[in-house]
Amino acid sequence: MRVCALSELAPGEGRRVELDPPVAVFHTDDGDVYAIDDTCTHQDASLADGWLEGCEVECPLHASRFDLRTGAVDAPPAKKPVRTHEVSVEGDDVYITLSEAAPNLPPGVGAPTGGSAPSTQGLA
Amino acid sequence: MRTVAVVGASLAGLSAVRALRRQGFEGRVVVVGGEPHRPYDRPPLSKDFLAGRLEEPDLTLEAEGEDLGLEWRLGSPAVCLDPSARTVRLGDGSAVQADGVVLATGALPCRLPGSERYDNVHVLRTLRDALALREQLLPGRRLVVVGAGLIGLEVASTARALGIDVTVVDPQAAPMTEALGLDVAGVVTALHERNGVRLLGGARVEGLVGPGAGRAEGVQLHGGLRLPADLVLLAMGVRPAVEWLHGSGVRVDRRGVLCDGAGVSSIPGVVAVGDCSAWYDVEDADFRREEHWTAARERAAVAVGSLLGCSTPAPVRPPYFWSDQFGLRLQFTGRRRADDELVVEEGDPLDLDFLATYRREGLPVGVVALERGRSFTKWRRVLAAPAIQQAVRA
Ligand SMILES: Cc1cc2nc3c(=O)[nH]c(=O)nc-3n(C[C@H](O)[C@H](O)[C@H](O)COP(=O)(O)OP(=O)(O)OC[C@H]3O[C@@H](n4cnc5c(N)ncnc54)[C@H](O)[C@@H]3O)c2cc1C
Ligand code: FES
Repeated sequence: MRVCALSELAPGEGRRVELDPPVAVFHTDDGDVYAIDDTCTHQDASLADGWLEGCEVECPLHASRFDLRTGAVDAPPAKKPVRTHEVSVEGDDVYITLSEAAPNLPPGVGAPTGGSAPSTQGLA
Repeated sequence: MRTVAVVGASLAGLSAVRALRRQGFEGRVVVVGGEPHRPYDRPPLSKDFLAGRLEEPDLTLEAEGEDLGLEWRLGSPAVCLDPSARTVRLGDGSAVQADGVVLATGALPCRLPGSERYDNVHVLRTLRDALALREQLLPGRRLVVVGAGLIGLEVASTARALGIDVTVVDPQAAPMTEALGLDVAGVVTALHERNGVRLLGGARVEGLVGPGAGRAEGVQLHGGLRLPADLVLLAMGVRPAVEWLHGSGVRVDRRGVLCDGAGVSSIPGVVAVGDCSAWYDVEDADFRREEHWTAARERAAVAVGSLLGCSTPAPVRPPYFWSDQFGLRLQFTGRRRADDELVVEEGDPLDLDFLATYRREGLPVGVVALERGRSFTKWRRVLAAPAIQQAVRA
């Protein structure tokens, strides 16, 4: 499946691809491209928003780090790895093949969280 | 160095142990913890755990199968440190002798006099506190929260979602003014008022109303106003858990264990990290306690490096915290002073969706964001860049 153009993804950046569950595609400073599940396994945070350093992305919320090559996590609070997806780059097109493993989604993601929904509309 | 004693078995202590092993220490490590539990995560105690969406096993900070080769001494606090003999004495009479000591005892919540005698007056720091509070958070009850800091506001948010009537009182005119400034305090106020929290700013609490034990009936404010309550949460801030160090020669004051910029206390071979410590901050030219999760986690490696004699400590990133309230994510990084100028960079505070920088002579020194995770990370990197750090110090 084509997910984006390589030229749209600057080195050092990540991008969220709206699949279910969402996928994050990263272009490292060394020029490699990786794809992992976008949702942190700890809580609902987008890893594409995270801090990319080398082949690791640090979760933007609580700083667990995921290895883009293996999906492994370095230390809690996240305890489970993310899935990795196969990437191929053809010309300027980035393609991924989704992993067939079950995703490690955090509790409450994809399911209703219960409690009355708080009002968060604008104030204006 | 053959033995290291780590006092405090929570985030800072566990992070220190991990750093010890990662930095190649193969000797004996004894972890002394006052609570009976293995390390657990506190932030969910005011959020998903309090709401009943997480349970005890979800809080563990250790990874599955993680084996750091530790000796755990849990359930009995350290009561004294003898630095000359490098001995930590425990409440149960036992002792641990070590060549190096990591102090990671965290902080304890401040209370009102006599509050311990009431069953319905709570503080929130430990799992036990959270269980006691959670049990009493029943729909329709009236909760008075004393203190509009992060913990008070998060509990207010969780309690509202559970159908509880919530009033928050604080001496500041608007919540978090000191930490985030008046403009952002206005946003926080709006968020809470919109969700039905009654905020009483500029209020001084005189004490609890009640028979002296059993059930408190409410909170007495200065000026005569009395707030009836079915339960009360005291969220008036914390003090470092360092009383046990008095007389040890380790320099402490109300801010905590006073350390240099790499976590070393006044006694060599004794380092401190996390909420119990106040490291020397070059920019402030003073000691500063960083009572946030990320500081406890990140600085442990620096403190351990100092203990093991590493000469070039890794630089610490600027302070960072997050908070979850009413389903929205607030993030802050950097250092803010009262006269810094707030510049909205993205979004609109009135829409509860924005990112703003705090600027000092035009230079960004802090960033605050609501629901702007992606740009926030970018700004966080900008702020952590050595050039900015240096310019801010100059
Ligand atoms: C309810 C709650 C919500 C929070 N939410 C957030 C958040 O959203 N974002 C954020 O950035 N931060 C948050 N924090 C703050 C964060 O949890 C703390 O900064 C962090 O826990 C500090 O870790 P620590 O290991 O230094 O101290 P602690 O976690 O306090 O641990 C210290 C440990 O030492 C033990 N101890 C104390 N004295 C002794 C002794 N004499 N001997 C042996 N053991 C002793 C204590 O029992 C405790 O287990 C929150 C804190 C609480 C309580
Ligand atoms: S959400 Fe990623 S570490 Fe917590």
